[in-house]
Amino acid sequence: MATEQAAENYTVEDLVALNPYNPDILNDLEKFVNEQVSSQTYNLDANLSLLRLYQFEPERMSIQIVARILIKALMAMPAPDFSLCLFLIPEHVQMEEQFKTLIVLSHYLETARFRQFWDEAAKNRHILEVVPGFEQAIQTYAIHLLSLTYQKVPRPVLAEAINIEGLALDKFLEYHAANSGWVIEKGGQSQVIVLPRNEFNHPELKKNTADSVPFEHVTRIFPVLS
Amino acid sequence: MAAPYDREDGLAPAPPQHAPDAYDPNYVPDSVKTFVVHLYRHIRDKNVYEIHQMYEGGFQRLSDRLFRDAPWPSAEAVAPYCDGDHVFLLLYRELWYRHAHARLSPLTAAHRAESWTNYCDLFTVVLHGVVNMQLPNQWLWDMVDEFVYQFQSFCQYRAKLKNKTEDELNQLQQFDKAWNVYGVLNYLQALVEKSMITQILEREKEGLEQFTATDGYDYEGGSNVLKVLGYYSMIGLLRIHCLLGDYHTGLKCLAPIDLNQQGVYTIVIGSHISTIYHYGFANLMMRRYVEATREFNKILLYILKYKQYHQKSPQYDQILKKNEQMYALLAICLSLCPQNKLIDENVSTQLKEKYNDKMTKMQRYDDEAYAAYDELFSYACPKFITPSPPVLDQPLTNYNQDAYRLQLKLFLYEVKQQQLLSGIRSYLKLYSTITIGKLAQYMEVDEATLRSILMTYKHKMHSVDSDGKIVSSADFDFYIVEDIIHIVESKPTKSHGDYFLRQILKFEEMIGELEKVQFD
Repeated sequence: MATEQAAENYTVEDLVALNPYNPDILNDLEKFVNEQVSSQTYNLDANLSLLRLYQFEPERMSIQIVARILIKALMAMPAPDFSLCLFLIPEHVQMEEQFKTLIVLSHYLETARFRQFWDEAAKNRHILEVVPGFEQAIQTYAIHLLSLTYQKVPRPVLAEAINIEGLALDKFLEYHAANSGWVIEKGGQSQVIVLPRNEFNHPELKKNTADSVPFEHVTRIFPVLS
Repeated sequence: MAAPYDREDGLAPAPPQHAPDAYDPNYVPDSVKTFVVHLYRHIRDKNVYEIHQMYEGGFQRLSDRLFRDAPWPSAEAVAPYCDGDHVFLLLYRELWYRHAHARLSPLTAAHRAESWTNYCDLFTVVLHGVVNMQLPNQWLWDMVDEFVYQFQSFCQYRAKLKNKTEDELNQLQQFDKAWNVYGVLNYLQALVEKSMITQILEREKEGLEQFTATDGYDYEGGSNVLKVLGYYSMIGLLRIHCLLGDYHTGLKCLAPIDLNQQGVYTIVIGSHISTIYHYGFANLMMRRYVEATREFNKILLYILKYKQYHQKSPQYDQILKKNEQMYALLAICLSLCPQNKLIDENVSTQLKEKYNDKMTKMQRYDDEAYAAYDELFSYACPKFITPSPPVLDQPLTNYNQDAYRLQLKLFLYEVKQQQLLSGIRSYLKLYSTITIGKLAQYMEVDEATLRSILMTYKHKMHSVDSDGKIVSSADFDFYIVEDIIHIVESKPTKSHGDYFLRQILKFEEMIGELEKVQFD
């Protein structure tokens, strides 16, 4: 998820917060998309505002900008930003070749078909390379999915998910062993990577929320207790 | 502002059931004279109770008796009975056009445009802060609700170009500024901002302000109109963003309202239902199925308990309709994301009665399943709109369904992605551990595909909530160690905490009742 690197571009964010329904900010929002691309930052609210303005004035829509917004949204996975954007893009526009490709890529990512994803991405490098950081973002998402699912993941499975092999993969594993708490072990047929414990791959860590009462509910009886 | 029918006398389209010249905008029946005089007086006296009686009761009765298919007398005609008060006449026109939208057909673009202008004038007056009235919350809610409804209706109207006459097309061009989406959104936004409602709600949490406690009314000699309109406008904005397909922004607009508490949104049942309906729908489209389920459950239980008290009200039909739609949405949520403990027994019974067959189908994920999802979604979804004005050159088509078709298509796309998950569920429920190889064999897929399916399950069952955290909504879960799947049994636990809370409040209520009993 790429929300942590929010741009310090408070001018545009102010605009979106204070005066979002204003056709005059369209150009600023377009510029902001390009800024997000070049500075590897991301702002969903601003991008949705722009897509909304395009909805209000379809003649002013820029296919190029929309493509960038969609690629940025893909990079925000597992957040559903990509479909949130699609909801705002008219059907006939979604028929553009670029967008059809991006929708296919999103589909592969949503259904964890990483081999097909990387194959298709390689064929469409020209669309994707306009946005720096794309590969890393998808790799982060892949690792996220693996962390939800596996306590120990076989090396080939990891390799396919993040599209790194051989020596490069060794280096990658070394890095994460040192920084992310990964542990490399010998498994049945190949190396296995032991992923950090979390409540999703280690259910015993899950707080039993069933019996805990949300604070707001307890506040309901404060008048009684006093 | 001339009464619209003045112009129509030469070229009106097919008139309603009455005799062709039955409507005289200047004829004011005695009962209407009395109505206007009294309503005007009550508003001046800030007698909210009486205003409410006349608004809900009197206006409906007169409409039914005298104005079944015809408009009320024009504002100019009733002006003498209210001292020609400018603001009162704006309110009167608001009622006039609302009545016209509900009862008159066909409703021309001119009518609709005039109603738009009236709302602009009315809101402008309110925004200037010079209004000194207290109006019933029901009326203020209806104003916002109707404002959004007329906007939606106009967008639908102008998107149906195919059978429009030359005259109608000319009117559309003439009134191209009416109900423009920027204006609509900006008025609601202005009401939210000018009323400072978000700050008021914040301060209220810290005990520095009274708003909810007084039901939004101002007991210090001021006016409730701007504040309450600002409050209801947040719900109006949620609704419009849903109509546009922007669920994320819609939910943001509603964020200042805490749905875990009673609030001004629960006072008027129409606003309560509209809020939860749109909140639930937006969450559904954002794949937050558990959140949607939770809220739908609460409101459906509420309606079950209290709908009998609204049988006589003009909103009753709407209440029933939204009730049915929310059951459909609940059926969808539970089919996509089964939950064991979230639904109240009574709601569950109703749900089974209405949708047991469909839900069984939907959980099968075959062709019949898609038809069921399609049917329920189409029945229950809002009337999506295309906000951009029509391009009035040949060929003329009807594009009013485009927005709905897009949302439906994307929704079914999501359903399709979850297609393989039901197979997983039924198999994994049978085992506590199983190897990837074996399960792949049973499911007749190769191992790589199975690994993908398992990760898809994890992805779809873990959504990102509004704070960016990952939240699991899985009714049962698993984890994989190299090649072996370990299934985790989730034992349903009794939530004692909730039970005790409910009983404490119930007993407190009972004690209160008992203390009121006097012994002679």
